[in-house]
Amino acid sequence: MSEELQQHDNWEELKTFTEARIALGRVGVSIPLKESLAFKLAHAHARDAVFSSLAIEKMQEELKALNLKSIIVQSKATTRAVYLQRPDWGRMLDENSWEKLENTMLAQVDIAIVISDGLSATAVNHNAIPLLEQLIPLLRKENYSMAPVTLAIQARVAIGDAIGHLLSAKMVINLIGERPGLSASDSMGAYLTYHPEIGLTDERRNCISNIRPKGLSIAAAAQKFVYLIREAFILKCTGIALKDNNENQNTLS
Amino acid sequence: MRYKTNIGHIVYEFTDLKCLLAKASPLRSGDVLAGVAASSNEERIAAQMVLADVPLSQFLNEAIVPYETDEVTRLIIDTHDSAAFTTIQSFTVGNLRDWLLSDHADTISLQKLSRGLTPEMVAAVSKLMRNQDLILVAQKIEIITKFRNTIGLKGHLSTRLQPNHPTDSLKGIAASIVDGLMYGSGDAVIGINPATDSPKTASALLYLIDGLRLKFEIPIQSCILTHLTTSIDLIAKNTPVDLVFQSIAGTQKANESFGINLQLLTEGYEAGLSLKRGTVGNNLMYFETGQGSALSANAHFNIDQQTCEARAYGVARHYHPLLVNSVVGFIGPEYLYDGKQITRAGLEDHFCGKLLGLPMGMDICYTNHAEADQDDMDNLMTLLGVAGVNFIMGIPGSDDTMLNYQTTSFHDALYLRRVLGLKASPEFEAWFLKQGILDKSYNRLSNPALNLNYLFKELQ
Repeated sequence: MSEELQQHDNWEELKTFTEARIALGRVGVSIPLKESLAFKLAHAHARDAVFSSLAIEKMQEELKALNLKSIIVQSKATTRAVYLQRPDWGRMLDENSWEKLENTMLAQVDIAIVISDGLSATAVNHNAIPLLEQLIPLLRKENYSMAPVTLAIQARVAIGDAIGHLLSAKMVINLIGERPGLSASDSMGAYLTYHPEIGLTDERRNCISNIRPKGLSIAAAAQKFVYLIREAFILKCTGIALKDNNENQNTLS
Repeated sequence: MRYKTNIGHIVYEFTDLKCLLAKASPLRSGDVLAGVAASSNEERIAAQMVLADVPLSQFLNEAIVPYETDEVTRLIIDTHDSAAFTTIQSFTVGNLRDWLLSDHADTISLQKLSRGLTPEMVAAVSKLMRNQDLILVAQKIEIITKFRNTIGLKGHLSTRLQPNHPTDSLKGIAASIVDGLMYGSGDAVIGINPATDSPKTASALLYLIDGLRLKFEIPIQSCILTHLTTSIDLIAKNTPVDLVFQSIAGTQKANESFGINLQLLTEGYEAGLSLKRGTVGNNLMYFETGQGSALSANAHFNIDQQTCEARAYGVARHYHPLLVNSVVGFIGPEYLYDGKQITRAGLEDHFCGKLLGLPMGMDICYTNHAEADQDDMDNLMTLLGVAGVNFIMGIPGSDDTMLNYQTTSFHDALYLRRVLGLKASPEFEAWFLKQGILDKSYNRLSNPALNLNYLFKELQ
């Protein structure tokens, strides 16, 4: 019955040129049920990712296996609903977390790594540890000293500035879940900030985005990290002055 | 003037007009984030009661951003039509609300009044109105604009065909254009958000669409949504630029954050006119706006986001645009939290824009971190269809794979046209009927005269 009512679009071969939802066909003037459900499933994945939580215990175990200690902190946004409406609070540590980091009393280190849930904990749950498994040995080979890894709950990018500052780190790297799209809900971003301090804005950072198996692969991302970190320590800065010359992208295809 | 009232034993006093407007605004997350929202439901209604009694003339005496330091305020005050204002000069904001709903306000009288109203007056009155009031008044207004076809006639609904692609692949974009045209979409504009700000890419895309338009004699216009200065450069090289695009906001500082000012907008407008590419009319600016943009640029001066948005319309109307598009749900939940807030904002923007004389369309949309879904978009598009929105977006299956958000689909436009009996732009309808793409009920025909393979080959 449904098959009879459906009108197919006779330009389905054009689908090879784009990921866009073209040639869906129609029933009456409406979208066929199969396509409607496929869309809703993609949205459900994205919504679930927004409301997912950091797999803290699992990550701590895996960090231990990499010989890395970890610290858990929380932003001033107490719930996901608050987090979504108050990006300013997601950038600030709550009082307990601030004290916890302040009392860590470390000597200066080169790099502090932060793992933040951001808008998709799923993304960092999937990609953060695999990335560190490749990246940490490379950094150790180049003798960078490292602070314990901070796991940050209800966190935005700039929370890394407070963390890096309190841990006396020359550079902070915040691995964070990016806003899920319909095509990918597991995309991780990374923000590198040299000389972190509270109040910095985005032009002082470098970003590596779309880290996921079907996007920028873990291996390629690790290479990019090593390049940017090395350059940042030479230039003593990150941000617009540090260009990612290690890539050559052609947008017209 | 003192802005003060009592409710029970509580005295509510508001320091100035700006504060009063903000406290009177229906709840939305962006005003809470900015710290300007009412602190209780009672305070919000108290503010609305005080606002209802403010004379409209007060808005000409009390600027919410100083005249001396903000060119948007200067534009609003200097271009205010006091003759048009005469009929309502004794009104309070509350009187204006009642008059708008009365039968005295019809299509002609609303058109005559438009230049006598300032954006702040319009924002103020919207805050006293329920959703149905916003729909009822907007529906009386007809704003018609023309370039190669006629947009905004009562009983008509146009669409912007938005064939975005994450890497600006020409073939990928062409595939989405074919998809849209075959569904009767694109009569407002074929408008592409490029993934990069490269003039070379913009130029290649403009030639692609222009070639298609000429080959198949389609009465449409194109636009690459790139920065105004890029369009000016392209025009200088005689590239086929139809519409000149720019995002605009309601304060000078917010516009500066977009890299523009009024002088530059004038240059862009004049550059567009110099090409003389319109056939049935000369409206050629395409503006995009959205509540929250000024706050996001830290340029809101503690004005609520809806009043800031109305001020952006004060900028837009100076340039006789073909299209003004409020991108209502794109900005995210920290400005408009859920479907309810997005719906309210969409109806406010459409009402305010229309009352100020603008050809309002709407990007009825949401991001995945907003508390909204396709059902909310169905509701808002239906409400806006009833209100007489000039155009909505058309995108394959609602999914923008470049900007990563969801808006209305080609199918959605056909739904709206069907349930409300709306037609496409007359010139564009004549074209797709002649080509045998859709029939008069907008059902797609299986054997269009337009050869599909040939069409796509042309696009490559």
